Amino acid sequence: MIAENKPCECCQEAASTEELYKRLDDVMKEYRSKPGGLIPVLQIAQGLFGYLPDEVVQRISRGLNKPYSEVAGVITFYSFFSTRPRGKHMVRVCLGTACYVRGGKQVLDAFKKELGIEVGETTGNRLFTLDVARCFGACGLAPAIMIDDEVYQRVKPTKIKEILSKYQQPATAEGKGS
Amino acid sequence: MPKLSINNMTVEVPDGATVLEAARKAGVNIPTLCYMENLQAIGACRVCLVEIEGSRDLAASCVMPATEGMKVQTNSPRVRKARRTVVELLLSEHDGDCQTCNRNDNCELQAVARELGIREIRYPGERSRRTTDSSTPALERNTAKCILCRRCVTVCSEVQGVSALFPQNRGFKTVVGPAFCKDLNSIACVQCGQCAAVCPVGAITEKDQIDQVWAALDDPTKTVVVQTAPAIRAALGECFGYPAGTLVTGKMISALRQIGFKAVFDTNFTADLTILEEGNELLTRLKTALVDKQDAHLPMFTSCSPGWIKFAEYFYPGILPNISTCKSPQQMMGAVIKTYYAQKLGKKPEEMFVVSIMPCTAKKFEAQRSEMGRDGVPDVDVVLTTRELGRMIEQAGIDFRSLADGQMDSPLGESSGAADIFANTGGVMEAALRTAYEVVTGRPLPFENLHVTPVAGLEGVKHAEIKIENTVPDWKFLEGATLKVAVAHGLINARKVIEQVQTGQADYHFIEVMTCPGGCIGGGGQPRSTTNDVRKARMAAIYREDEGKQFRKSHDNPAIRKIYEDFLVKPLGEKSHHLLHTHYHERKPF
Repeated sequence: MIAENKPCECCQEAASTEELYKRLDDVMKEYRSKPGGLIPVLQIAQGLFGYLPDEVVQRISRGLNKPYSEVAGVITFYSFFSTRPRGKHMVRVCLGTACYVRGGKQVLDAFKKELGIEVGETTGNRLFTLDVARCFGACGLAPAIMIDDEVYQRVKPTKIKEILSKYQQPATAEGKGS
Repeated sequence: MPKLSINNMTVEVPDGATVLEAARKAGVNIPTLCYMENLQAIGACRVCLVEIEGSRDLAASCVMPATEGMKVQTNSPRVRKARRTVVELLLSEHDGDCQTCNRNDNCELQAVARELGIREIRYPGERSRRTTDSSTPALERNTAKCILCRRCVTVCSEVQGVSALFPQNRGFKTVVGPAFCKDLNSIACVQCGQCAAVCPVGAITEKDQIDQVWAALDDPTKTVVVQTAPAIRAALGECFGYPAGTLVTGKMISALRQIGFKAVFDTNFTADLTILEEGNELLTRLKTALVDKQDAHLPMFTSCSPGWIKFAEYFYPGILPNISTCKSPQQMMGAVIKTYYAQKLGKKPEEMFVVSIMPCTAKKFEAQRSEMGRDGVPDVDVVLTTRELGRMIEQAGIDFRSLADGQMDSPLGESSGAADIFANTGGVMEAALRTAYEVVTGRPLPFENLHVTPVAGLEGVKHAEIKIENTVPDWKFLEGATLKVAVAHGLINARKVIEQVQTGQADYHFIEVMTCPGGCIGGGGQPRSTTNDVRKARMAAIYREDEGKQFRKSHDNPAIRKIYEDFLVKPLGEKSHHLLHTHYHERKPF
């Protein structure tokens, strides 16, 4: 079941679009009759495809028998869902109240400057996507950021370069922070 | 039956009633914006706040259950202050260019601001982002005017089962619109305009085409004629202060003449024509099924309602062969005016300019479908809704209330009562049965006053069975058969009927579908606001108009007999095929 197409370098496991669709359909079968199934399906779909392209959203709308407008409404409500391709690493800077007052904004500006992108954008080398977030539950050690699944606390703008350097290795299967 | 006090007046309400309902029963007005009777009570807009004794916070009365012994104040200083703040905050982000707004003087937000005595907006700040959408021929959206009340969302999903609209994004950036804020034209929208009918402000409106009509009237090379749908006469009066259900047929005709139309024709005429064509189509399909034993695509569905057609093209393409091939009465009239009537005047089709007055926004879409014309000449040039006609009469400086009654022009202004009832849910069915039953048995339809009461009224899905006995020789094969019919209005009810048919739970022969609740009298282009009481009043007016007619059955209309003699030759004939029938095609919902 490995892709016949040229495997994309950044995928941990190269799978053809068809295979991904099949997996999505299996997931939807499981969730179709469950109330509140939309969000888990979207999360899994985003995990499979890296983001939520329109064709995937439409497939989910059909598969779960939920209006397209409603599925889109849920996707655009939650900042964790993305309809644009994202970089290999997701940088999320918390701008929740505690992080904001402890300098989250300055941390965000430092990331923008370092990566040369605005919020929601992806670097030219497809390595990083920058986004803002609301609260990881790490308010006691604000300001906090997350890169992929890793939370960094008491982040200072001057430390940003160092944090990012860990992720700047040429892409291999294991590129994540500790 | 809890008893409670509203502003120190005692009122008793049924179990489950809300404080808002209790106040209305006590004759106390509480302003609302997001609330819709029988449809939506979500406490979103916070305009209906009231003070309840013993409760720390003010409560949204539309969602607060009335309980025994409750003491409610709807006009305390605290309530007044809170409501004012709520509305000032709404106004602070609202695109308030009232003078140029489609809803100027007919806007619920304006009215609430006036009622609350707001004289300044203390909160200058960021405004909602303006994105406009005029991608469809029927509707226009402006997100900067939207107050996020969600009425359109509810009506589109729960009444129409279309779900084209939903809140997108979050917080201040929320936009009510199609998926990912796309244009209406690029998603599955049937353009019924129920969203525009319930919008409290100018965020979704009909596409105003009045100026195109003025331009045609000023063009000396055009012969500009107008047709009016059956439902207009029972609603137009509301634009001029008459109560719902006032028939203003005569005044409407006089107003149209004063505006400058060369002839005023009645879409009723082609409603009668529809019955002759569609009735024969049904009988032919029955014959194919029963005598020739071939698939005749039964049940047959009616085709008058363009929102329903587009709905079927998106969501049920498999049933398209079951939909009658008859064009809607509006399109038949356009085709007849540009051929039969143009010939009488010695004019070419392109010299004629046909304006339709319709209760409907989807008719604007229907008129520009490529199938609806010949040689690049559309059957109908411009469609105005009832609301637009109301404004046009105002623009013309006509004092509507003082007008004398006028008469429709001949020959396309003559109609039977069967045509009038096309405006009501169940009406097309009743009109068809009045003719079909008589054709088959030679006797009038056996219902009191010809009204098929089982399919009338506001029930969402209705059905009836009619036993056919003692047929005339031509229709012998129907002897002893039971004709099963169903009627649905509001597209969510159409879904129910189609699913019954597709799963084999029902074996109807003929199904009427009207897009809007109540039928055309509740259309998306009718004067606001259309509640169930308003629907009932308009429907009663339509039945009065029917009962007052000399002819009650379409086949008795002498002008219909004449057009067959002089021009069309026979129902389902070659001329009919070219002018009066059409076809449909599947549309992708995405």
